Amino acid sequence: MKPRQKRLAIVAGILASVGVAAALVLNAFRSNLVFFYSPSQVMSKEAPVGRTFRLGGLVKAGSVHREGVQVQFEVTDTAKTIPVRYQGILPDLFKEGKGVVAQGQVGTDGVFVAREVLAKHDENYMPPEAADALKHAQAANEKIGSTVLKESDK
Amino acid sequence: MIPELGQIALLLALAVALIQGVVPLIGATRGRHDWMALSRPAAQTHFVLVVFAFIALMSCFVRNDFSVLYVASNSNSSLPLPYRIAGVWGGHEGSLLLWLTMLSIWMLAVAQFSRHLPQAVVSRILAVMGFISVGFLLFMLTTSNPFDRLSPVPPDGNDLNPLLQDPGMVAHPPMLYMGYVGFSVAFAFAVAALIGGNLDATWARWTRPWTTAAWSFLTVGIMLGSIWAYYVLGWGGWWFWDPVENASFMPWLAGTALIHSLAVTEKRGAFKSWTVLLAIMAFSLSLLGTFIVRSGVLSSVHAFATDPKRGLFILLFLAIVIGGSLMLYAWRAPKVGLGARFGLVSRESMLLANNVLFVVATLSVLLGTLYPLLLDALGLGKISVGPPYFDTVFVPLMAPAVFLLGVGPMARWKEANLPDLAHRLRWAAVIAVIAALAAQWLAGRITFGTTLGLLMAFWIVAAVATDVWERVRPSGGGFGGAIGRLRLLPRSMVAMMAAHLGVAAFAFGVSMVKTYEVERDVKMAVGDTTEVAGYRFTFRGIHDLAGPNYEAVQADVDVQRGSGTALTLHPEKRVYRIQRTPMTEAAINPGPTRDLYVSLGEPVDNGRAWIVRVYVKPFVDWIWGGCLLMALGGALAASDRRYRARQTQDSAQAALTAGARA
Repeated sequence: MKPRQKRLAIVAGILASVGVAAALVLNAFRSNLVFFYSPSQVMSKEAPVGRTFRLGGLVKAGSVHREGVQVQFEVTDTAKTIPVRYQGILPDLFKEGKGVVAQGQVGTDGVFVAREVLAKHDENYMPPEAADALKHAQAANEKIGSTVLKESDK
Repeated sequence: MIPELGQIALLLALAVALIQGVVPLIGATRGRHDWMALSRPAAQTHFVLVVFAFIALMSCFVRNDFSVLYVASNSNSSLPLPYRIAGVWGGHEGSLLLWLTMLSIWMLAVAQFSRHLPQAVVSRILAVMGFISVGFLLFMLTTSNPFDRLSPVPPDGNDLNPLLQDPGMVAHPPMLYMGYVGFSVAFAFAVAALIGGNLDATWARWTRPWTTAAWSFLTVGIMLGSIWAYYVLGWGGWWFWDPVENASFMPWLAGTALIHSLAVTEKRGAFKSWTVLLAIMAFSLSLLGTFIVRSGVLSSVHAFATDPKRGLFILLFLAIVIGGSLMLYAWRAPKVGLGARFGLVSRESMLLANNVLFVVATLSVLLGTLYPLLLDALGLGKISVGPPYFDTVFVPLMAPAVFLLGVGPMARWKEANLPDLAHRLRWAAVIAVIAALAAQWLAGRITFGTTLGLLMAFWIVAAVATDVWERVRPSGGGFGGAIGRLRLLPRSMVAMMAAHLGVAAFAFGVSMVKTYEVERDVKMAVGDTTEVAGYRFTFRGIHDLAGPNYEAVQADVDVQRGSGTALTLHPEKRVYRIQRTPMTEAAINPGPTRDLYVSLGEPVDNGRAWIVRVYVKPFVDWIWGGCLLMALGGALAASDRRYRARQTQDSAQAALTAGARA
């Protein structure tokens, strides 16, 4: 091969491998994005069925039941509540009334089956996703509250 | 008094760094030797001042001076002394001071060990590093001052985050930062060469040992972080693709590409502008890593305060460093020239492929790490990118890189012969396939993923062995002659082989632990037994234990294999007194072929039984052993006498040409 052709071949090779890599990366990226939903969103069927997502909120007080390595608890954003099932050891900072993020899928029975439960590393720390869910729910509550008030005014 | 002295030292260091940045740089352009001569003493003074500030902060920690806000929020009088010292870098402000201290150490090293370099080059290098120091000092003094006082003085401190009260965390940040900041040397060399226009093979030879040394530190730093995650987080994983981990992994990937590209630039004079670009990239990613971890952008143990002023400063600083150096690059790089030509099949082309693969890997990690942050910042929703993304992207990218790793060192520079290479490596390929299948057959299960992983590991070993064999093949003198020639192998060659074998050990460990680890969560009462992978775990009971600053329950778990002697593991559940944080302390019995790992979950049935997590992890220690071997290879390469020897040769040559000109 002439030097010119060689250079062309090298450039073409690099472009091809970068192209393949980019396609591969983007495809993997798209299929592995994990979206976040609040209990309210899950209840209004916004969350996908049969696809993994993250659910965040507070662990409802008094909702944790343990049976051997099986655990059940409820995640709430104060407006709506979703039952969660999990098998295994919960993180150290998992506590009733504290923030939690669970990753898993919703089954046909409406129970969220968690593969992973994340409670972050600091006592006073609220996972931002969970904080967000609470904020949204509160905003919605206030709106409802104010309309109720207005109606009672009449 | 001492905090104020530390504060004054930092202010003086800022002044010195400014002088070090401005005066010698102008001197280098104007050819004023007296101005350039300032850079060495400036670097030395800067070192003394910054280390003084560092020791001042450390003494505040040791003396429990809770009138200092940073000490009060990161220490406590009941905290054991080693952790009080490590508390210096337990938070945002102190981490920055640690970063700065590392920078001053590297600057001093450059000032001391570059006496053979032309004065203008050293002045420019130290000037660039001086400016980096100015940026960090301004950031510290304006937004994150570790010496801020607190009034009224609290009776005691808020304690160090219990997760950080661990020997691994004492060593991890300094090592990691030595690596991060070490890339600033490569960056400074690159920018200085762009300014001075003397970008050539000599430049690459000067840069190489510094870059390799930084890379080794970074490797050890990442390794320590991984070990820490393995036993402290209590989940037995060694890598989570957490944004914080990715932040340290990206500079490592770019740095790996850089040390390979530098080899080509030194030996063949090619890839010059590409090498410079990689040096800029490696340091920019180090900065990005430092900042995204410490700025509170990420929701994780590493992220501390969130302060919009800090975020703005960080963005500005990153924009100046990255944007400025890239603009300089765009302006000067076209003048650099292409360097020597090389064939389609040659060592150059294989190293180029290595570089492309590593850069693509870096960018894919960058995408997976920054995209969720970006989306969140723009208010477009909260998403996360899971480990499966990184796994699916990484394996196909690293598999060809590892294949080339076997071929590359045996290929000739300039023009290699493909059939010849295939012929020389045919036995290595056969041995790799047989070994990969045999190992799985022995372990009891054959899968595609494991075959690929083990194939990589054994391919590297077989290819390196072939390489060694070819170099010492007894062409006379028999066995003794071969041994003699083995000892004559240049140090850089041995270093490369060690690092590559490290990759093999790493791949072997990862494949084995991924496929053959056994994990079980079981409910155990006193006397209960569970069997995992041939090991019998018996729960003997639980008792209370008081640590220096925590209360704990400790379990006794006997482990026995067959009828062998039992060993006892003591996993703990701790509650730290000050922050009331519960912590799981796993008990691990490490071994060359497996780790036995037991950690306590939570009590059930009113405390009569516990949920216990039991792991048997085959060959997991090989992962970190591989990292150590890579770092060792790097250290060997950086210490090669060749760099010093050739440098004296260069200066002799330079003197000759200078003499000839005169």
